[in-house]
Amino acid sequence: MHEHNGSDSPSFLARLGGIDRRWIFLAMGLSIALPILLKLRFPEYPGPMAKATFDAIESVPEGSTVLVAFDYDPASAAELQPMANAMVHHCASRGHKIVFMALWTLGRQLADKAIEEVLLEFHPGLRYGTDYVQLGYQAGNEGVIKLMATNVPEQYKTDTKGTPLASLPLVAQIKSTADFALIASISAGYPGAKEWVQFAESANPEAFKLVCGSTGVQVSQLLPYYPKQLDGMLVAVKGAAEYEMLVEGKYPVEKNAERLGQGRVRMGPQLVAHMLMIGLIILGNIAMVAGRSRGGAR
Amino acid sequence: MLQRTIPIAILSLSGIILMLAYFSPLTTSWGETVLGWFNVLAAVAFVLGAGNLLRVNLERISAQRSGWAYSAITLVSFFAMLAFGLLKLGAVPSEKHPDKHFAGAYEGPTAPYGWMYEYVLSPLTATMFAMLAFYVASAAFRAFRAKNTESILLLGTAFIILIAQTAAGMFLTGWIPQDSVFAFLRFDSMKIAITEYIQTAGMRAITIGIALGVAATSLRLILGVDKSYLSKS
Amino acid sequence: MRWLRHDLRRMRWIAVASVPAIVLAQTAAAQVAESAARPTGIFNSDRLGLLVALVLICGAVVGCILLARTGRPLKIRKLAALEAVDEAVGRATEMGRSVLFVPGIQDMTDIQTVAGVTVLGRVARTAAEYDARLEVPTSRSIVMTAARETVQAAHFAAGRPETYNDNGIYYITDEQFGYVAAVTGKMVREKPAACFYMGAFYAESLLLAENGNAIGAIQIAGTAEPSQLPFFVAACDYTLIGEEFFAASAYLSGERDQLGSIKGQDIGKLMVAAVIVIGCALATVGALFPATGATGAVDALRSFLGG
Repeated sequence: MHEHNGSDSPSFLARLGGIDRRWIFLAMGLSIALPILLKLRFPEYPGPMAKATFDAIESVPEGSTVLVAFDYDPASAAELQPMANAMVHHCASRGHKIVFMALWTLGRQLADKAIEEVLLEFHPGLRYGTDYVQLGYQAGNEGVIKLMATNVPEQYKTDTKGTPLASLPLVAQIKSTADFALIASISAGYPGAKEWVQFAESANPEAFKLVCGSTGVQVSQLLPYYPKQLDGMLVAVKGAAEYEMLVEGKYPVEKNAERLGQGRVRMGPQLVAHMLMIGLIILGNIAMVAGRSRGGAR
Repeated sequence: MLQRTIPIAILSLSGIILMLAYFSPLTTSWGETVLGWFNVLAAVAFVLGAGNLLRVNLERISAQRSGWAYSAITLVSFFAMLAFGLLKLGAVPSEKHPDKHFAGAYEGPTAPYGWMYEYVLSPLTATMFAMLAFYVASAAFRAFRAKNTESILLLGTAFIILIAQTAAGMFLTGWIPQDSVFAFLRFDSMKIAITEYIQTAGMRAITIGIALGVAATSLRLILGVDKSYLSKS
Repeated sequence: MRWLRHDLRRMRWIAVASVPAIVLAQTAAAQVAESAARPTGIFNSDRLGLLVALVLICGAVVGCILLARTGRPLKIRKLAALEAVDEAVGRATEMGRSVLFVPGIQDMTDIQTVAGVTVLGRVARTAAEYDARLEVPTSRSIVMTAARETVQAAHFAAGRPETYNDNGIYYITDEQFGYVAAVTGKMVREKPAACFYMGAFYAESLLLAENGNAIGAIQIAGTAEPSQLPFFVAACDYTLIGEEFFAASAYLSGERDQLGSIKGQDIGKLMVAAVIVIGCALATVGALFPATGATGAVDALRSFLGG
């Protein structure tokens, strides 16, 4: 805190540099809440990575068995659940059989949510055991992937209901990850997409397509793997929104469409919040310059 | 003396063996096996942690130190989750074995344990994560100042990425044709160039440095050069 | 409380006795699964390049340690973050407030946590010398145990064994955001004057750092998580980036052997840089002049190194 007499008091602009952070929190709160309340929507233009992810799932023959790994927890669900929902709907619309699993403790519940709110909602004719299976969570981090790369039944002896895998027609013939046509990892950190690349893709290169959805902070660690090891990558809510546009364009739903549009819903607050941050950064720099020039003039 | 020699010997031997085991097909899985041992130890050590948690919070409550109410909430939450989870209170009866209490499902929202997960734990963790949005704004306001050339570069990069990650990027530069000479001025092109080349290169350099740091640290521990983690006899 | 402590001591021995049984069962199952798909032979030739790299880098580190023992002068650049440790702990002592040390949220299997705990030893020694109160909330039980041993050893080394109090090192929870909620709440209520964040961090890094900033604490952070470094750099007073964090313990010790290992780390980096330059040059020549066969050389180098 500076002490000033009346003639040396900092200008209004300079004082803005020390604004109480609670004003910033209030501004951020409003910038997120208002677009949601006012239902602000903006057009999305799918980028190359979202298109690559969409094309990867489209290119797999109809009716193939795919594995979707929910490698995140409720903390990241706001960013990743939209892309997970869109991916599940896309796979089911394409006629693929989906095997769900999780490497994070709380990921299994999020997979259950996707099954209940998306898979069974928009594809009510699907039957458990033949069209989809929930393997659930397994402890062991990358050890799970390493073992699945050679021996899935040894890693998962039963599904979440206690049914042996041999009794489930969908997974009875699955021996290793090479038996899946596509593996999708929705990941928020460790273990996640990087471990799938390092231990599953490297063990059986070219045996299956590998796509991932990740949080924004992880992108720099995963970019080196795209497009050689990763056939597609969805990054953060923007990637989810772009992918949703592509899926909705080919496989629209009639009711409860908002369940497959949450990524686009979140882009409204993202735009306003980003503009706010740019404004704050500019304001901070103006305050810094004003404070310096005041000091320089003395 | 043995109190320090034996841990160093265990660390050195196991470190060297596991390092060399990676290169032989016969012994590659030893590392995972040891990880499995550690997981068992960690699960057992959880009892120590839980005991410590109880001790610290009970002491705070009994001494009525400031913040003791938080300790009371901690203990109530701890015992509630433990009771409903361990004893499967209120679990949904199993279809195959309806008369066996412990065969019931307790993870769905209809069971108390699942209800607490769905309506208490999940929203709380999501809330803590959401606080990051506010802190990012205040950190950006305070830290992103154009004091020198490097910080100006940082500012410029931040502006490009912030705009490119929203619809504003396409609105401002989407009209530039993809195949024109000026296509590099599109925000999406600049974002791809920054993330795929500049950011990835910097991240790779840091990752290489980290890998070397890990190697050097591990060697110091294996060779017994760094003994700061050991207790005094 | 005494009954609880007594029971915990008994349970510890029961737990120790049950570990071998569980482990044997797990090992047997894993070995059966692995033997079905393991390649045969004594040496996995796919990993030859990795072995060569390991020998070269370890050789550099060991060589520099031996060189340091000969008394050769060692020049290590100053790390501002580590020079500030004394200042931070001294500030806490003057203000009569505590020093908070957060060793990350991962377990002792993560090398960052091990590095964080070794730095804790140095910080704890300084805190003991200055008579400052040190608090170490941990996210894992084993880290709590290791931290207690380390801090106790530090108090002995400082000649202040009577000031060691294990109440300052405690376990909170394994749950990431539950842990950070507890730590940030403690920071806001007790206002430590110095905060150290040394270890593996994920999303909670900015929460901790911004809270520390809000209470006016001096903050020194170190992590090898590349995605969290920007947050620490933006919000903390000093940050150890990646390899600097691993060098911290050696730097703070001041011992010649350990400083020599930092030199070895740098030589390893020079080797990596040389390979990168050679690879990039070959790839460029191969792209410009395909007939030279440089592309084949790049492919050979890549497959030798295990790419």
